This record gives sequence, structure tokens and C-alpha cells, in this order.
Amino acid sequence: MSVSKSLPHDAARLHVTGAARYVDDIPTPRGTLHLAFGLAQIACGRIAGIDLEAVRAAPGVVGVWEAKDLPSDCDCSPSAHDEPMLSGHTVNYLGQPVFLVAADSHLAARRAARLARVDYQKRDAILTVDEALAAESRFEDGPRIWARGDAGEAIDAAPNVVEGAIEMGGQEHFYLEGQAALALPQENGDMVIHASTQHPTEIQHKVAHALHLPMHGVRVETRRMGGGFGGKESQGNALAIACAVVAAATGRPVKMRYDRDDDFMITGKRHDFRIDYRVGFDDEGRISGIEFVQMTRCGWAQDLSLPVADRAMLHADNAYHLPNVRIESHRLKTNTQSATAFRGFGGPQGMLGIERVMDHVAHALGRDPLAVRRANYYAEMARGGSAPAPSAPPRSLSGKMKEDQVTPYGQPVEDFILHALTDSLAETCEYASRRKAVAAWNAANAVLKKGIALTSVKFGISFTLTHLNQAGALVHVYQDGSVQMNHGGTEMGQGLFQKVAQVAASRFGLPLEAVKITATDTGKVPNTSATAASSGSDLNGMAVMAACDTIRDRMAEHLAALHQAEARSVRFADGRVFVGEAEMSFAEAAKLCYEGRVSLSATGFYKTPKVSWDRIKGEGRPFFYFAYGASCSEVVVDTLTGEYRILRTDILHDCGRSLNPSLDIGQIEGGFVQGAGWLTTEELVWDGEGLLRTHAPSTYKIPACSDRPEVFNVALWEGENREETIYRSKAVGEPPFMHGISVLMALSDAVASCGSAYPALDAPATPERVLAAVRRVRG
Amino acid sequence: MEITFLLNGESVHLAGVSPTVTLLDWLREDRGLTGTKEGCNEGDCGACTVMVRDAEGARALNACILFLPQLHGKSVTTVEGLAAPDGTLHPVQQAMIDCHGSQCGFCTPGFVMSMAVAHLNGDQHHDDALAGNLCRCTGYAPIIRAARSAAKQPVPEHLARPFILPEKLSGGLAAGERGADSPPHDHHAPETADELAELYARHPNATLVAGATDVGLWVTKQLRDLPEVIFLNRCRDLQTFEETDLGLRIGAGVTMDRVLDLLRDRHPSYAEMIRRYGSVQVRAAATIGGNIANGSPIGDNPPALIALGATLHLRYRDTRREMPIEDFYLDYGRQDRHPGEFVEAVTIPAQPDRLRVYKLSKRFDQDISAVCGAFSITVEDGRLARARIAFGGMAGIPKRASAVEAAITGKPWSEETLVAAWDAWQEDFTPLSDMRASAEYRLEAARNMLTRCLLEDLGAPVNVLEVRA
Repeated sequence: MSVSKSLPHDAARLHVTGAARYVDDIPTPRGTLHLAFGLAQIACGRIAGIDLEAVRAAPGVVGVWEAKDLPSDCDCSPSAHDEPMLSGHTVNYLGQPVFLVAADSHLAARRAARLARVDYQKRDAILTVDEALAAESRFEDGPRIWARGDAGEAIDAAPNVVEGAIEMGGQEHFYLEGQAALALPQENGDMVIHASTQHPTEIQHKVAHALHLPMHGVRVETRRMGGGFGGKESQGNALAIACAVVAAATGRPVKMRYDRDDDFMITGKRHDFRIDYRVGFDDEGRISGIEFVQMTRCGWAQDLSLPVADRAMLHADNAYHLPNVRIESHRLKTNTQSATAFRGFGGPQGMLGIERVMDHVAHALGRDPLAVRRANYYAEMARGGSAPAPSAPPRSLSGKMKEDQVTPYGQPVEDFILHALTDSLAETCEYASRRKAVAAWNAANAVLKKGIALTSVKFGISFTLTHLNQAGALVHVYQDGSVQMNHGGTEMGQGLFQKVAQVAASRFGLPLEAVKITATDTGKVPNTSATAASSGSDLNGMAVMAACDTIRDRMAEHLAALHQAEARSVRFADGRVFVGEAEMSFAEAAKLCYEGRVSLSATGFYKTPKVSWDRIKGEGRPFFYFAYGASCSEVVVDTLTGEYRILRTDILHDCGRSLNPSLDIGQIEGGFVQGAGWLTTEELVWDGEGLLRTHAPSTYKIPACSDRPEVFNVALWEGENREETIYRSKAVGEPPFMHGISVLMALSDAVASCGSAYPALDAPATPERVLAAVRRVRG
Repeated sequence: MEITFLLNGESVHLAGVSPTVTLLDWLREDRGLTGTKEGCNEGDCGACTVMVRDAEGARALNACILFLPQLHGKSVTTVEGLAAPDGTLHPVQQAMIDCHGSQCGFCTPGFVMSMAVAHLNGDQHHDDALAGNLCRCTGYAPIIRAARSAAKQPVPEHLARPFILPEKLSGGLAAGERGADSPPHDHHAPETADELAELYARHPNATLVAGATDVGLWVTKQLRDLPEVIFLNRCRDLQTFEETDLGLRIGAGVTMDRVLDLLRDRHPSYAEMIRRYGSVQVRAAATIGGNIANGSPIGDNPPALIALGATLHLRYRDTRREMPIEDFYLDYGRQDRHPGEFVEAVTIPAQPDRLRVYKLSKRFDQDISAVCGAFSITVEDGRLARARIAFGGMAGIPKRASAVEAAITGKPWSEETLVAAWDAWQEDFTPLSDMRASAEYRLEAARNMLTRCLLEDLGAPVNVLEVRA
């Protein structure tokens, strides 16, 4: 059975030979037009006058569109219908598309787009959290507040109290392939779109809306993305709509891709947050009451900010039981790019808030932060599995749900495995002895200080918007026994297609080569959800399994009838089909079924059970289950300049029963480095005019090769999902991202060794912020 | 201008092509070779990496900021041409599959090409060989596993043969236009420094292009028209170096990868800075003359050269003059260079190595410095006999710390001396705040760099790169 095998990515050979096609690689018909947006040069104000004559007259230009020239508002929003593709008179951020140029080449379009003369009437832009709070510039009427117990009273009654604030920056996705779309006009006004998108159905929906077409008039195809990370959940809408509008107007094929700098300037990024906290705790560090105020800059449009901010609130507890808790969330509207989905979707920000609290509490008590974390863990519930190396069996609790197993939003934590998982990681990475060694190093060295931290992750799996937790699949078995598989999930590098193909091959007992992976296509599987929320294999794996099983059952029934056997006894294995005494190849079986007029094509459908959620009250069961993991990082800091290195990281992560261990380890390694990048070198800097100054890899620094930890050990927790997921696996896309938090906490530990004050290290912890924290600690 | 080169083994002859067309655009748009990817279009991500070979060997270069004329007489291999003629994958390609080195796959062709060049050259410093290739998916770990695994395999036969420029191609070269002899036109490729001197004197407004790691961005990002371009890549006599009793004279056209080799033993700290300042792709294209002449206040070579007391050699026609390199930088964006005059060479005086170069940036590899400090400090009998200290990123030009030097020279080499020199820093520098660092941080870090020099002399561990878990 191919499930649980470490097979390479399905397109690996195409990747290494340069033969894997991305949108910009698709050969285009003659006469294809290329687009570029002209961008606003102010953050807030009105356009008093605009002169596009030079743009129109530029070499190669075929047409220019302003908002007033469009067939509709061409709304690009995935949520609130508040994102017209072109600004019209009102400018909401610096970089907002104002007009659209079509030319006979990408370069000609880019060059022409810079020739506009625009007169702006500037207004004061709202750029910062404080400016937005002062102006009451926000989405929703006021802050969203969820509470359990009386946090204020509990804090006041506690023997110890600390308060503080942490700022954490946003993050540019920096998918290596920039946003891209290609529109091919069809007969009768129909449109075919190739888009680099995590959400083909959304593209279909928005293009149909823009062109006043029913959704059946638009077909969207996505074979692969060169990275997504959430940045292609909604941010590709504008390009696809622009291409479709120009294709409809000119009858010509139209392509658009953003130059990297435009991609930075136009598209949304991870939400930056400031989180204020006040916490009461006992002498062991056990929290009795806690208050969080989460403030996030959502940018100019709503996009996905409400569910992002919700998820930040939903992860304010991370792995810790918070008996009395109040979480206040401000979703602030600012004149900046509209912040959007990014791996973790607010979860990392909420989680970093409580991890900072744990670090701060431990510092206040002079205790090992790991001991404080453990003192606050939810109670262990399930027999959750074990580490790769044998270790003590997890503590098993029975009986009814205890109070310390319920999240602030009322969901029982039924699958908590972090006690045993933490034990196992602490043992294999020799946390205790290395912590002593770090202290010894710090006692002996004045300039270079080491730090170590072990942090854990509990991440909720499911879309919090419950209806999105559904998926469809379409599977064909051909009469030669080959299988074509299609589902609503998109491939952005995570290996979803391979995992789901492994499921399909396993259901039919076929080698993987027999299963053809095909591009995501709204014409094959309709009404899909974004490939997001780590849900890809959970949802689509189940849908494909259902489709395969439908066909398999039909085949079994027919073959059993032919051979006077029980349908239930028909076995599909090793490319063969066993029917009673008879045995045949799968191809022979398929041919027999075809000749027996058995339908060899089926759809499959899946909806996640058990979930229900009231986001206004903050109550219910938003998550089907939780994914867990822990990581330990050791760093060294130069206290003269603030420079640092990650010396070693060990991660133990829970993927349930992995569908493909190598692909899962790839997600963990990559997620960790991306998470560490968010908290260290990746700094987005806007100036006082609202201009993003870090808009290319020359100024925005994602981790490079040598930034990964020199010693980097990743292992999978051996267990299975207690819920009935596809082969009892667990989602893996987002949860490992938050292992990067161990790096920030290790930096904090290193800086703390310089003196007695708390470092209060903000993120990203650039060398400059680290040095400032060193100064703070020394007092 | 006519250009002849080999592309995946086949000869290409181009005439009348615009000189600022990049190899990347030409590959993707004219040749339909879409395996080479555009990730950033500014030489920072490496998705467009190709292998370029000539008589001197194989190099990895960024195709996005490589103009076609720079390829004249060379052999280009793209990812489509890497496997053996029979389709057998290159060992690095196979290892990338076996080690799960690709996820989204978009950066993969660039990685594969960088890895293939390192594999061919026997370079097993994998982190360094891949510092110019960004991957957002894998966290690099499986890619490094692949590089290590492939290193055990021999170079495939089709790449193992030494590069010989085919006859046909040499013929094409000879038939090519010859700078000063040619009728007047807007784009030139002189073959000697003499030809260059004459041409540039006649066309002082022309843009000189050596490695195009800076000018490339004028074209790809600023979308500037370059009405007149003089390509320097054919001036072989600018690409030489010479060691005499007086010192090491390095031609302006010597690429930074060769400068690194030259300085590895002479001034290891400088060499280490060069390793970090640009990826292998950038170092293989960028020239020391370009880095000096563009006058950037954050160029990393000038501070080191100032601290070493280097002499700059300028030439206008047959008139040559020389100056201490710090005198070349007059003000932000302004150098002591006359129209038609060009940097011909730089000489580093022979000296015992006392140089320390500290490069400070958000990311260690392939990042522009917030501050780059260079220190040449001579201590005799516990006192600071001589000090030459220079910084990039602290002023509008690469600048010598004259007041600090004065404040510490002759004093004991001690912490007290550094404390006493505290105010001299503000006399020397009033740095700016920008997206790389604040003014306060720049000043504090610069001061602390001198402390680092002292502590290093005292034997204290001060280099985070040397610490292990």
C-alpha cells in the first residue's frame, strides 16, 4: 500500500529538470497581451486629476483602463465586497492599483505604467496601531471580546502579577513564484483562467462577478503554484479579474504577473500585532487569571482579517489551561496593504502572546521557562502515541472531562499529548544538561551569550467558518486500468497531490504510477474551499477515498456476481484483484467492468464532522482536533552588535499516522525555518508616508541557506489521530511554523543572561532589537 | 553589436539585439526555455541561475541581471541542458529527488544549477555555494542533504571535459565588431583598456558595464534606458592582477570571486567579508572596479581598502593619476572622477595582515550592510602605534574615522582608551536611519566594533560564526 510511504513529490523530476510548468511558463497563443497596474504613490487621499496620455502613447500599449472604464466594480474581496480592483478617486494605500495597462509585452506594460501623471489630494494616513485606535478606525463595530471567569479578579487575587506588551511584525510571503494569471477567451463569452491560486473557485466566482457571467461561464485551472503560504488565497483575484476583463474587451489572450517589487507593494502580508498582557500566577508559575488585548493592523480592506483575528484569539491559550481569561481583539483599519492569510492565519500571533507570557512569568519567578510551561499544560487525555525512540507511556486519564481540559472557548481538549511529547523531546535533545551547559558558557563569556528554549505547539485544525470544511473529488478508472484523480485541493509544494494519489492508489491496491494526478479544475470539482487551514489532505484525501471506494464497490459487486463470490470478499492489492478463487490484473478487472456496463467514474464528497462554532460568542467546537509538537532551539548572541546564530534545533512533531513521512518532515523543516524567519530577520518597514521600504529580497531578508540551524533534528511523533481522519493522519501545513517561536524564546534567554531586567524582546528580533534588549536588561 | 555563444551546446549568433536584453528574458521569451525562473529580477534569489563556462572554468550566474553581450565567447548551460544527452539526470538532480529537495519546485532549477557548478568545481562548502539561492519551502535541510549526497558522485562525462571554445565560435568572435575600429554606434565592447580609454573619452556619457550586478537593476527595476553602453567584459587586460614588492595591483575588471581567492591568505577577514557580501553568483559577476566606482555609501570593499591604505588608479586616455582611495569619495553620489575617466586598478600595499572587517546586516549572507567597519590597528608595546579605521553605512560616502583614529593613536590599547574616545565617534559620523538600521544603532554598533577588535586581541571569543552548540 502506498499510503505512509516516503515517496518523493509527484513533480520532483519535473522540478529538477525545469519541466514543471507554472502559469508564466504556459505557452501562450500569438497576440497575447500583458498587463501591469499603475500604482498609487500616496497612502491616503483623492485623485484630483489623472493624465494617462503618455501611458497610452507608450510603445506597445494596446489599452488603458481606469475604474470608470471597467464593466463592473471588479471587486476582488474574498469577504466584504470592499476591494474594487482599481482605486477610482479614493486612494487607500501606497501601492494601490489605480489604472491598468495592456501592452504587447510584460516589459512594455511595466514601462508604460510608470508614465502616468496623477494629481493627488493627500490626507493624513492612518498607519500605526495607535493612530488607528485614536481614530477608531476599525473593522466591526468595536473590539471582539471573549471571556471565561473573571480574569481581573483572579489577577488581583494572585500572589504574583506581571504585565507587558509584545510587538510582532508582519511577514511577506515571498512565494518564489510571484502572482500570475492567464485568461483565454472562449466562444460565446466564456473564459478559461490559469491562475497561480490556492482558491480556484474564488477566482471563478470573482471573474464571473466581474464579467456578469454565471459561474458556469468561467473555468479555472491550477496545476501548481511556486509557493503559496496563504498569499495566494485571495491575493491572486486582482490579476485574474484584470486578465479576464481585458480578454473580454479585446478578445485576446491576456497574461499578468507581478514584478517582485510590485508584488510586495500591492499584495497583503501577515498581520502584525501588538499584544498587551496582564497575568496573575502562583509561585510555581501556574496562571490563575490573564488578560490579553490583541491589536492588529488589517490594512485598508477587510479581506480575511476577521477570521485571522479570530484565530489569534483561539490560540491565545496555546497549550495552556487558562482558568480565568479575557481576550480583547481590535481589528484596525489602516492605510496599508490589506493584510491577508499567511501560514498559521493569526494562530502564530496569538500563540506568541502566551509564549511571551510564559517566558515573562518564568523570568519573574527565576524558574526554568519549561517548568512554567509544563505547570500550565492542559491535562493529558489520550493515549496519543510515542516518540520514535521508546519512552515512558503517556499518562492516561479517565473519567469525565475535567475543567482543566477545556479551552477558553469551551472546546474540550480531548487529545492532549504534550506531556509525553515534551518529555520525549526534552530527553532526546538533552534539554536539562544543555541548559546547564548554556549557563556555564554564559558565566565564562562576556561577549557571546547562549540561550536555549523549549516551546510547544497546539494548533486547531479546521476552518473556523464551518461551511468551508467540505471537499469534493472526481475519480475515473479507464478500461485499461489506469486511474485519473481530481479533487478541489491545490498543489503549492506541500505534496498534497502525491499524498492524495497515495490514498487513491491504496484504495485500488495499485502502484502509484497507475494514478494520474491532474490539475485542479473548477470544471471537474465545483464549489471547493481554498487549500488553506492545513486542511488539504484531511478534506481532499477523504473525498478521493469516498470516490475511489464508490468505484471499487461497484467493481467488486460486478466481479463478485461474475464469479459467484461475495462482493465483500473481493480484494484489491498489488495491482491485482482477487475474487473468490479467481485472480486478475486490475486492468482486466476494469475491462470486465466496462464491458459489464459498470460506471467507472465517481465523485466523492466529505464534510468534517463534529464542528460547530459561534464566533460572536466565542463558543463551540471550531476544531475537529488539535495538532501538537514541540521544539527546542539553542542560540548564541553577540552582545556587542546583537548578531546571533541558531546553533541547534530539535523538533518532535505530531502528524498522526503520517500519509508520507518524508513530505511531512519537509513541511516541518520548512515551516520551522519560515517561522524563525518571521521572528528574526524578516522585517517589514513602512516609512512615515506609508511607503513600504522593504519591497524586494535586497531589503527584505528571508532566511538563507546558512541560517538554518547547523544541527537540525526533526522527528515524527508516532501516534495516530484519535479522530477519524484520512488513515488517522493529521494536518501538517501550518502547525510546524510555530516551532520558530523557540528561536525567539532562546534569544530572550540569551539576552536575559546579561542582567536582571526582563528582555521584553519584540519581533522580528533583528540584531538591532536584540542589542536594544541587551541594553534594557543591563539597565 | 554581434554576440556569439554556446547555449546548451549549440552555437548562437545574435546581431542587432538590444544590448540590455537580459539572458533571462531572452531564454524565456525568445527561446521558449522556461526552466530558468524569474523570482526577483534583481539577482537576489537565484531562481534564474545558469552555468556559464569559459576558458577559466565554470561559474554560476544570475541570468536576470546578465546582459546578452556579457556572454560573448562563452558557453551557457541552462537547467534544460544539464542532464546527459541520453537523458540520465545529473547527480545533483537525482539527489534532489531522492532527498526530497524540492517542494513547490520554483527555486529548484536555480538550486540545481548552483549545485551543478559547485559539483563540477569540487566545491563542498554547500552553504556558501547556495547562499545566493533562496528557498521558501524546504528550510534548506533536504537541499543540503542532496548536495552532500551528490558530492560523492563523479562529474558526468558530458560536463567533465574541459571547456574548449569551438572553432566555429572562435571564428564568430573574430568576425565580431571591434570597438574603436567600428563605425560609431551606441554600444561598444572594447577588447583592451587602450580601446576603452579612447572610446570612453569620446563617449563620456556612456554607461560602463562590467558585471552588471548594479547596472542590471537600473534596467530591470528602474526601467532606465541606457542610450550608450560600453561593455568591459572583453577587456582582458583589466582582468589581471600583479604582485610586486609594493603590493598587490588588482585590475578593475577582476571579479570578486577572484579577489576573494587573492585575499584569502593575505587578509582573511577581508576575504570572509567578501564571502558574505555577495552570493557566488554575484561574486562571479561583480568586479572590484565596479564596487569602487559606483560610489555607493554602503559598498563593502571601500572601507576595507581604505583601512588597507589602498591606492586607486584612474585613467583618462593615456593620462593616469592615482590617489589614496578615500580621496576618491567626495560626497554622496559624487566621486573625484572626470568625464571619460575610469578606474583602471587598485593597489593594496604590501603589509602584515592586521585587517579586521566586520560586516553587520540583518541576515549574514547576501545582505547589504547596515554598517561595515574595517580596522587596521598596529599595537606596539601595548600602545596603538597606528590605526586606520573606515566605515561604510555611516555617512554619505565610505569614510575614514579620522577623529577616532586621532583619539586612540599613541594611547594604551585598552578599554579605557576606547571609553575616552567615545565622543570622537560623533565627530566622525552622523549616520542616517533607514530600513536597515537606525542612526543610534549604527553608531553604537560601530563603537562596539572597535571594542570587538580589542577583545579579539585579548583572545576572547567574539565571533558568533565560530560557536557550536
